[in-house]
Amino acid sequence: MPAPESAIATDGLTRRFGDRVAVDRLTLSVTPGAIFGLLGPNGAGKSTTIKMLTTLLPPTSGSARVSGFDITTEPARVRRAIGYVPQLLSADGSLTGAENLMLSARLYDIPRAERKPRIAEALAFMGLTEFARLLVRTYSGGMVRRLELAQAMLHHPAVLFLDEPTIGLDPIARRSVWERLQQARRQFAMTILITTHDMEEAEVLCDTLAIMHAGVIAALGAPAELRSQIGPDATLDDVFAHFAGGAITEGGSFRDIGRTRNTATRFG
Amino acid sequence: MTSAGPATPPRALAESGKPLARLSGFARHAMAIASADLLKLKRDPTELFTRAVQPLLWLLVFGQVFSRTRAIPTGALSYLAFMAPGVLAQSVLFAAIFYGIAVIWERDLGIVHKLLVAPASRSSLVTGKAIAAGVRGLVQGVIVFIIALLLGVHVRLDPLSVLGVGVAVFMGSALFATFSLLVACVVKTRERFMGIGQLLTMPLFFASNAIYPITMMPNWLRAIAEVNPLTYLVDALRTLMVMGAVSVTGVPLDFAVMGAGIVGLIVAAAWLYPDLAR
Ligand SMILES: Nc1ncnc2c1ncn2[C@@H]1O[C@H](COP(=O)(O)OP(=O)(O)OP(=O)(O)O)[C@@H](O)[C@H]1O
Ligand SMILES: [Mg+2]
Repeated sequence: MPAPESAIATDGLTRRFGDRVAVDRLTLSVTPGAIFGLLGPNGAGKSTTIKMLTTLLPPTSGSARVSGFDITTEPARVRRAIGYVPQLLSADGSLTGAENLMLSARLYDIPRAERKPRIAEALAFMGLTEFARLLVRTYSGGMVRRLELAQAMLHHPAVLFLDEPTIGLDPIARRSVWERLQQARRQFAMTILITTHDMEEAEVLCDTLAIMHAGVIAALGAPAELRSQIGPDATLDDVFAHFAGGAITEGGSFRDIGRTRNTATRFG
Repeated sequence: MTSAGPATPPRALAESGKPLARLSGFARHAMAIASADLLKLKRDPTELFTRAVQPLLWLLVFGQVFSRTRAIPTGALSYLAFMAPGVLAQSVLFAAIFYGIAVIWERDLGIVHKLLVAPASRSSLVTGKAIAAGVRGLVQGVIVFIIALLLGVHVRLDPLSVLGVGVAVFMGSALFATFSLLVACVVKTRERFMGIGQLLTMPLFFASNAIYPITMMPNWLRAIAEVNPLTYLVDALRTLMVMGAVSVTGVPLDFAVMGAGIVGLIVAAAWLYPDLAR
């Protein structure tokens, strides 16, 4: 199979919920090996976009290819090529870290002989080796996130989707997630699409940013490019306010906030 | 992790299109789900014992009192012997019908989302859940079985009968748990699910042959009992478990109805399961 020119390519990708257009004719392309950041206020359509690209949600119209496969006609192939960490909590608190990873290994058809070493590697990579046999319920927020990343990357996906991977984490835990993502990208030439509200994260981690607002992309470019568009001393916060301005007060239903909080409090 | 480069994921057997390879992929994925679920049971078996309290009360209180009145014609069987398999089936039903709560819990977190982006087929995920529920039911069945034995019910103890009871309990649990999963996929929230769960269990129980024979029922109730899968589970259990019991519907039909029910429900649940992540 020849390497696809774009790791992710969408063409007029649209999703409606009743009258509400959550994602509106989205057309974008992500180069292989890039870390692509999707920014935007609550309710902008970031999670909906990711859900369509990960085959969880069928688009209302438009199309997309992930790792060269069509999300609507070849969902099984897409699923084999991707890893995904949802905005919600996806590790099972009543299993241990190692058991969570074993479940992933089996669902992703990692051959039996490779499972144990692969899991040990993933645990070591994420700095979780000594906690492998503890119930995930007892993990800190940062440890849970790293475990979820380990689960999502266990099968060495070509494209990784991360929906607000550092929300609710303290600065040190956040940094440790960033470092691991950068290292994983270098080692596995993985393409990463990440959504975030965190401007520092966007600046440090992402090669390209798309600022999404009300289902459409309001701005697209490298962090430095976007800043220079606004002014010589502009920060990404200024960029965000400029392109998604006003939205912060009006956007985001109660439901969105509830879901975000849900993630932030983790196991409570 | 080694620097293996952009590893192409292992070309899975499941994708190769050969029916046998697909089947083995299906079985492996289902077992992965089932064994993860059963690890939780192993870790926290208390629920099995708390769930044994209710059947114990039914047998001790209800069973003893009704044995005295002889109000219910149970043929050659004592009333306690007649109702013991009914109470076993009831405990299976009551445990399995709330299985969907766990699935809603997994949706409220993001566990369902994680499972649904894996390359495992939806039907293998749902089948894995059904198998886990079947095993849970089996463990619980053992407890009720022993209670019945201790209360002096003449239980058949030949290996084939015991095996038959085990298979029936497994199938009954898988059937009602899959039904519960299906309901969970439709209602999606805990509150609505609890409401519907409460609403369903009692009618299913009373419109069956669990604690009185079908022959006693008015025609309308009998018509319902005859399409109620619980009736077939009870009939199989009663015939296989109690000495001297005679099947009303026929044991082969009992297993056929449960088998067909499980397959139909798994197909429907596999179809609706992805809705949980939308
Ligand atoms: N299942 C659904 N049913 C109805 N409306 C939905 C559903 N999912 C999302 N929406 C709506 O679609 C819009 C986009 O939601 P989405 O979750 O994609 O936003 P987001 O950018 O991820 O926001 P956040 O930063 O809060 O996570 C919102 O208005 C949301 O209320
Ligand atoms: Mg979101």
